[in-house]
Amino acid sequence: MGFVFSRRPGAVRPVSWLAAAALILILVGCSGEPYPQSTLHPAADMSGAIDGLYRQIFWWAVVVFVVVQTALVVTVIRFRRRPNQPEPRHVYGNTFAEVAWTLAPAVILVFIAVPTIQTIFRVSGRAAPGALQVEVIGHQWWWEFRYPELGLVTANELHLPQGREVALAITSADVIHSFWAPRLHGKRDALPGRTTRLAFTPDSAGTFLGQCAEFCGESHANMRLRVVVQPAADFEAWAARQAESPAVDSTAALQVAGLEAFRRIRDPGQHTCIACHTIAGVSGGVAGPNLTHVGSRQTIAGGTLPNDSAGLARWLRNAPGEKPGSLMPKIALSDDEVAALVAYLRSRQ
Amino acid sequence: MSHAAAAHYTSTGLDSRKIAFWTFIGSECLLFGSLIATYLVYEGRSVSGPTTHEILNIPLTSVSTFDLLLSSLMMVLALAAVQRGDRLWARVWLAATALLGAIFLGFQAFEFTHFVHEGLGFTTNLFGSTFFTLTGFHGGHVFVGVVWLLTLLVRSFQGKLGPEKAMNVEIAGLYWHFVDVVWIVIFTVVYLIQTTPLPAS
Amino acid sequence: MSPASATAQHDAPVVPVAPTGLWSWITTTDHKRIGLLYGFTAVFFFLVGGLEALVIRLQLGAPGNSVVSAETYNQLFTMHGTTMIFLAVMPLSSAFFNYIIPLQIGARDVAFPRLNAFSYWVFLAGGLLLNASFVAGPLFGADRLSVAPNGGWFGYANLTSSLQYSPGPNIDFWVLGLQILGIASLAAGFNFITTILNLRAPGMKLMRMPVFTWMSLVTQFLVVTAFPVITVGLVFLMLDRIFGTTFYNVSAGGDVVLWQHLFWLFGHPEVYIIILPAMGVVSEVLPTFSRKPLFGYAIVVYSGVLIGVMGWGVWAHHMFSTGLGPVADTVFSATTMLIAVPTGVKIFNWIATMWGGRLHLTTSMWFAVAFISSFIIGGLSGVMHSSPPADLQQTDTYFVVAHFHYVLFGGAVQGLFAGVYYWWPKIFGHRLKEGVGKLHFWLMFVGMNLTFFPMHFSGLLGMPRRIYTYGPELGLGMLNLMSTVGAFLTGLSLLVFVYNAWSSRREPRVGKNPWAAATLEWAVSSPPPVYNFSVLPTVTSRLPLWTEHGVSEIPDTPPGPIHVPGGSHWPLMTALGILVIAVGALLHHHFVPSLVTVLAGLGVVVVSVYRWAFEPFEV
Repeated sequence: MGFVFSRRPGAVRPVSWLAAAALILILVGCSGEPYPQSTLHPAADMSGAIDGLYRQIFWWAVVVFVVVQTALVVTVIRFRRRPNQPEPRHVYGNTFAEVAWTLAPAVILVFIAVPTIQTIFRVSGRAAPGALQVEVIGHQWWWEFRYPELGLVTANELHLPQGREVALAITSADVIHSFWAPRLHGKRDALPGRTTRLAFTPDSAGTFLGQCAEFCGESHANMRLRVVVQPAADFEAWAARQAESPAVDSTAALQVAGLEAFRRIRDPGQHTCIACHTIAGVSGGVAGPNLTHVGSRQTIAGGTLPNDSAGLARWLRNAPGEKPGSLMPKIALSDDEVAALVAYLRSRQ
Repeated sequence: MSHAAAAHYTSTGLDSRKIAFWTFIGSECLLFGSLIATYLVYEGRSVSGPTTHEILNIPLTSVSTFDLLLSSLMMVLALAAVQRGDRLWARVWLAATALLGAIFLGFQAFEFTHFVHEGLGFTTNLFGSTFFTLTGFHGGHVFVGVVWLLTLLVRSFQGKLGPEKAMNVEIAGLYWHFVDVVWIVIFTVVYLIQTTPLPAS
Repeated sequence: MSPASATAQHDAPVVPVAPTGLWSWITTTDHKRIGLLYGFTAVFFFLVGGLEALVIRLQLGAPGNSVVSAETYNQLFTMHGTTMIFLAVMPLSSAFFNYIIPLQIGARDVAFPRLNAFSYWVFLAGGLLLNASFVAGPLFGADRLSVAPNGGWFGYANLTSSLQYSPGPNIDFWVLGLQILGIASLAAGFNFITTILNLRAPGMKLMRMPVFTWMSLVTQFLVVTAFPVITVGLVFLMLDRIFGTTFYNVSAGGDVVLWQHLFWLFGHPEVYIIILPAMGVVSEVLPTFSRKPLFGYAIVVYSGVLIGVMGWGVWAHHMFSTGLGPVADTVFSATTMLIAVPTGVKIFNWIATMWGGRLHLTTSMWFAVAFISSFIIGGLSGVMHSSPPADLQQTDTYFVVAHFHYVLFGGAVQGLFAGVYYWWPKIFGHRLKEGVGKLHFWLMFVGMNLTFFPMHFSGLLGMPRRIYTYGPELGLGMLNLMSTVGAFLTGLSLLVFVYNAWSSRREPRVGKNPWAAATLEWAVSSPPPVYNFSVLPTVTSRLPLWTEHGVSEIPDTPPGPIHVPGGSHWPLMTALGILVIAVGALLHHHFVPSLVTVLAGLGVVVVSVYRWAFEPFEV
């Protein structure tokens, strides 16, 4: 550590930064699982293009960093005052130097600008005909996904077929949000009254995490999403199941009780499940997520709770407690009602 | 050399108040520029409610525009009178400028109430919001100008507006002319060059 | 209040001295006192903003933390940004504009001393209004104590413009606070432009002015052109909230992106308003402690002017994720890349200034060197942002938080601290302690880097900004913990600085020019007499004190009577009236009380302006 913190001024800085950067890169690179929202581990064509561009810019930045910081450090070390030194010569400028250090950065910028402009047009959101059309609608604080060609409506979990281009048409039902699944593409704002677009082709199957990336109110941090990329056949199977609306199993008493509770519940503030949620064949509310196939999703509550009995129970009992400011109110439910609702909702596969 | 002269040494030879006022006018250009730009961006995009064609009265507003232009002439004459120490005509021209400014405000008040009667309010649609905010800001500036002019008029009657105070009048004049120029831009952009699509006939 | 004039008719002239007592401070029109007021207030708010940051970092130190609620967190990050920008860094720059510029150009005061005082009091009013929101909840029937602004420092419509999404007075406090602060800044802008253009001593041509004064001039031009735009945007926001106009109302055809354009048309020049003064400071400190002149003076000046002008052409680079379209993206990407060129040129000229010099590594000099070092990093991450596709991953994440803290903290704050240590002896008559100063510097430098360097990574690894919590599955706990530790280290360094300021009071007195510097402020005593210069100097060189006969002789006592303008309480009264109007606007849900209060405030303003205009006052 003596070397890092030596008395020589300026020696600390580049060494300690390089050490810190190396340490962090080691931590990042050597971890088994890529960070689930990493921009540096692309799994689609567009995120790959962006990552490739970023790495080019990054290396130029490293070159400039090393050159300029070294110049700074060397200068500070070399010209530190020593005893019995004469006063330095007064130098006022040097035209050649000025020209050189104006042109050199400009040239480097050209090397950054050219691939930038090419990539700008590539990521501009225009999809080829035949891409899978998906409408993305941001709400406070959940994501609505509609597949107009397939007649599907779901929430918070976006299923996509591997290897096929998807065209997202993004908007908002209330305030500005931003759709961001970093391993698949950069972010695009969801603006009320406008439609913005992203288009990309996911290369690998898997579940990719994302979240809202534009401050949208109290629970902005709780507006998460998942993108489930599946091989084509699996995607078709998922879509087919989503298109059905199975009736409740009449032999499962708890589920039947849950359906009844879902239909019947009304809190002192006159809030009902059916007013806000759609379950095909049961209700048509649109203020909250479509629950027709809620049981098939990995998470609930805008991607913040696991979709299991415990998670569902917590959410049903106290939505605002889980997600501050949530439009879903806290409804007084008996344990029986909770158990019934959980059973019913989990049956909605 | 009196200490007053030494204290008033300037690097540019210009009165500091004049320089400061020009920077103020510069900032006001950005202010009105933003208001006008917003008006232009939103022109033709009102979803409902009255728009320019139904409601703007060009002939009437041309009269009020002429009134304001005339007032600028009055202002020039007022400054000239103060500079030559002509107390009577300084008061006449200052009063005339203020009067014409007040008449302009009268026209605005009439126009605004008429619009509200016709169903165009502040919150009716984009046109209402942008129009009233833009012309309201301008009218507010005219109002301040009229108060300023009346203040100068009172000072004149108190015998405190001699030629040595001409800079005060010159700066008031700068303000007044600026407000007039802004109106010319507004009149042109809002009234004369209407780009709102005509309703289908 | 009669002018405290010293033009007594004695045989020997009475040398004016500064009046004493609280009333003399309240009514002061002396640029040096106003500078001190700005300085102390700025440091106070810097501590407030720092405290907000520490709570933020505590909350984010581990995933799923519950140190504060979501609502509290949202208020904290909003107030942290708003406070640091408008109540800490800008006023600290103003402290230096006020104290130093007249001395550097050889003037006795600014062009409009009462307007100067007005700027300070209005600034204070704005700061108090904004922070009053922390305890104003009960007055507005809220179910919590604090109704502080919670829409972010950038307040995007329509979240902020709609009473549906932002009920309560939080955003009203924000809008009105900013409008008041805008008035303060604009008034100062008109004042300093006039001062610098018109009150330079004989021989002080523009290209002989110190770079700090030059950069301040460019800054003031940016202020007077950029603030009106945000004023208009905020007016629209206020009208939407109070009256229900349609500016940001989507269902009426309004466009939420309009707010972003208006905000960033102001917001980008604003960041140059923040950094240029610090660049000016560094341009003074480096030559002094290198014992040689600034390398490429003219180029550094022109680069600053160019940055100011070009800063108007880049605003939409804050909007790359809104879908501007590839053509607009390309244009703004190009202008943003171009602005890196004059910035880089300045950095190279600063390094060249030190090259071949005899470097005296005082605390001030350390801060100046650290400024350059941090600005290189912040500038490079800025270039990364200039590429829209890359920015689509970086914007709204901790990567951009890292970027702007490197330029704001590493840049502006460290640069301004270089100024604090540099000009402290001029202002207070003694130096800050060097040993304690070095401790302050190293704690701050290490702390700052430890806080913000990991954020480059947490951003690229998927952490968005403005989130009160994050899940453990993101794997970002360790990086966040590092930032939290760094933040506390930085906070500690601030305490060391405060200790330094306090404990240095007994340091030995210094003479006129303890650093043997070159510019005019070092030609007078430390602290300067109330009248600054006993005679207005004539200057023949850009480095008056380093050039033989560079400045005419300035006697220790004035050879003749000097008129020192007295105080006035009308600037304060006018500011008070403005505050009352703002409070009235806050009450807009109750029509009559609101109207009465607004009219009362207006009355105070009108009366005060008239009294101000007609009171006897000679500059």
